[in-house]
Amino acid sequence: MTAPALLVVRDLRVLIGGRHILHGVDLDVAPQGVTALLGRNGAGKTTTVRGVLGLVPRAGSVLLDGEETVGLPTHTLVRRGIGYAPEDRGIFADLTVAENLRLAERRGADGPAYGLVHELFPELKRRAKQLAGTLSGGQQQMVAIGRTLLNGNRLIIADEPTKGLAPKVVTEVVQVLERAAEAVPVLLVEQNLAVVRRLAAHCAVLADGRTAHQGEAAALLGDEEATRRLLGVGRGPLTSRQDLTVEADS
Amino acid sequence: MSTLVLLTMTGLGLGALYFLIASGLSLIFGLMDVLNFAHGALLSIGAYGTWWAASGNLPGAGPGGWGFALAVLFGTAVGTLAAVVLELVVVRPLYTRPREQVLATVGVGLAVPALLSGVWGSDARTFPGPEALSGTFGLLGADVPVNRLVLIAAAVVVLVALRLFLGRTRHGLVVRAGVEDRAMVTALGIDVRTAFTLVFAIGGCAAALGGALGGLYFGSVDPRQGTSLLIFAFVVVVTGGMGSVTGAAVAAVVIGLVQQFANYYTAAGLGDLAVVVLLAALLLVRPRGLTGRLA
Amino acid sequence: MSTATTPAPAPPAFATAPARRGPRLLRWWPAAVLVLLAVAPYSALPLPGLLDGPVGSPGSLQLLATCLLFGALATGYDLLLGRTGLLSFGHALYFAAGSYATNMFLLEAGLPFAVVAVLGLCSGALLALVLGSVSLRVSGIGFSMVTLAFAQAGSILVSRNPGGLTGGEEGRAAPAELLPSWLVGIDHTANLYWIALAYLVLTLAVVHRAVRSPTGRVWEGIKENERRVEVLGLKPYGFKLTAFVLAGALAAVGGLVHLLLTGGSTPQTTTSDFTLSLLVMVVLGGSGTRWGPMVGGILYTWADHRLGDLAGSGAVADLPAVLRVPLSQPLFLLGVLFVAVVHLLPGGLARLPSRLRRTREEHR
Repeated sequence: MTAPALLVVRDLRVLIGGRHILHGVDLDVAPQGVTALLGRNGAGKTTTVRGVLGLVPRAGSVLLDGEETVGLPTHTLVRRGIGYAPEDRGIFADLTVAENLRLAERRGADGPAYGLVHELFPELKRRAKQLAGTLSGGQQQMVAIGRTLLNGNRLIIADEPTKGLAPKVVTEVVQVLERAAEAVPVLLVEQNLAVVRRLAAHCAVLADGRTAHQGEAAALLGDEEATRRLLGVGRGPLTSRQDLTVEADS
Repeated sequence: MSTLVLLTMTGLGLGALYFLIASGLSLIFGLMDVLNFAHGALLSIGAYGTWWAASGNLPGAGPGGWGFALAVLFGTAVGTLAAVVLELVVVRPLYTRPREQVLATVGVGLAVPALLSGVWGSDARTFPGPEALSGTFGLLGADVPVNRLVLIAAAVVVLVALRLFLGRTRHGLVVRAGVEDRAMVTALGIDVRTAFTLVFAIGGCAAALGGALGGLYFGSVDPRQGTSLLIFAFVVVVTGGMGSVTGAAVAAVVIGLVQQFANYYTAAGLGDLAVVVLLAALLLVRPRGLTGRLA
Repeated sequence: MSTATTPAPAPPAFATAPARRGPRLLRWWPAAVLVLLAVAPYSALPLPGLLDGPVGSPGSLQLLATCLLFGALATGYDLLLGRTGLLSFGHALYFAAGSYATNMFLLEAGLPFAVVAVLGLCSGALLALVLGSVSLRVSGIGFSMVTLAFAQAGSILVSRNPGGLTGGEEGRAAPAELLPSWLVGIDHTANLYWIALAYLVLTLAVVHRAVRSPTGRVWEGIKENERRVEVLGLKPYGFKLTAFVLAGALAAVGGLVHLLLTGGSTPQTTTSDFTLSLLVMVVLGGSGTRWGPMVGGILYTWADHRLGDLAGSGAVADLPAVLRVPLSQPLFLLGVLFVAVVHLLPGGLARLPSRLRRTREEHR
């Protein structure tokens, strides 16, 4: 990582209901490609993302392109060029697909990039008038990712975008993220190591609300002992099956 | 038959009044989780503003014709302004403390009627109105007071306007989305606080209009009017589903009719009682009625 | 007269001040205050500005007794709001039930006073049990609204005067001839005052003990995070109902005291405004603190009366309208004060000393 990081998180702490969820997370998001945020369940991955965005009260330092963002309200921070696809997809079920996308429009130089979104997800154009709540999980994820691509963002944050999706849809989402990452750096929270292996150049691993490891993704995943120690996964049946799905496709 | 028609029209008029209060209450709760106990006070402010203007205190306004329309406009504007001030000064600073927001509106709900009775006395004041609106008209053999029709028309206009606003404008889209998931709206880069002020303004506007026209309906204004209507507006909001404007409209009609008919055909006051018990029953049967949908 | 010698509650576990500040005797200040309050009827001390006549005069004692009564009522109400986190908008109902039920048993059945007092208490507690068990099936703002609906239903019922039982808008005077003679008449105001004082001591003691019991600790857990209590395998429902019934029973006793103090039942005590004023008292004084609700209740009641007197006085009538109008409306001033406290003084007046201390230390 020679170029300075796009997003620099230092000593991020989050306290919810009097309990410390994060004790000091350090994270660098590379200015190109995908940086994966890994960790076991409950390690604080989603809280880190929400803390970065100011969706939970936080302390510490979060620099976006060198500018401090802790203290800014979420909407101001997002307007500086962040696209966010949350863990639960954050779809507005009672709004149509078109309305969900329209809501994400921000005033920018080029106007909303509906061309790109509809090219990547032709289905969203066909289903524009359908209520988002009636979409399948995969289609909802398309809406969520589509919203992040609509504006000329500087950073896309995707929290477990492949969670709960059918293998075929996982492949589709991975391809879109791969293409998006060519233009915009992506911070990807992911449990599926096959997806990480395919997309991520860099990674950070959280454990118990702290950063346990940062480095090259390939190096970590190549070290089976470290992978098991940090992520608690070996050759579990679920992981290996999804492994095959993605790799067979590539 | 004529009794039936009169009761129906009166019930609808009352329902229209309830809708004017409940629509804003419902939007505010749906978007902000704030049960606005000061909403009745906003109605009272609208009523007193109109009364004050129509009593010859505002140049150009008066009890008849266009003068009265101006008075209603004035009262509604004052109520809207009061609602915006309420949101900006009282509610907004407590953004991170939802329960305190409710408590603060309780305080305002106590203070405003007291202030009104301090200025204009605690007794009811006769409400001036144009000749044309104080008469009756014949409908299926019944002499129906015109003011019922005025209220119904106003409620329909407000309903249509609200639906257009929610369905056709970007601000309306933000409000609908905010009712579902406020945090996600901010995560899309939208300052949801603008929507907060907006729903307060809309709610205050509708309630103040209700106050202005309610003065015609009741024939008088008194400082406690708004607060006593508030409880029935709560019933409407819960029945219709929090955050749903169309739901509030349907519920308002049902509640208004039930109340009128029950009060007439059974012992006086039983209708009020029935409606209040209905609120409890609904909440118990359908606790999720509080998290309704917007339509 | 035995009420005046009710033993003081156990010395409070006063967390911060005394240890640093000096003599252990300071810990006994509640007992000292209690003694002072108990002997107040014998005092001819004038408190100009605070009270109209000397402390021991019937008028002053009546006001003081009302203050103590509401101090106690607010303390009981805070069992729900500040201790269990339940925002009830219908507490007036149980207070009114205590008053009206006692009065109706007296008037209609003509039973001895001791019996009707117990019946009044039981009626209030039973009503709280029934309505509480229903209301608590919903939580959050839904609970608030169900309680509001039930209280409103009660209020409508009372004002409709079914069968002439409640006296409608006028309320119903208690039959003086059926009450013990030492509780009737202006000469016996001191007795009523002592009863109000005893009610306050009783409420403080009950709330204090309840909060420190194992049940009280579960209440605290429910207030902090109901889900976590569920995770521990406890069912919050029963604990919340216990708090609701206990608070309802305490309110019913208060209604009984109010009946004696004012010589009748009035429909004003059934209104939602009455509950809201309790809410204001608790928040003003400091919800969830030991003395806050009591202080809030006493101050609110005193201010309400004194401001009312002030409004009727010549001094205010001569003021320009800008000052006269707000000053003539106690509820306006109290409402504004309430909003100000909610904004500027979270935790109410009870947190004021510690806040001031902290500010002083910061400036040092």
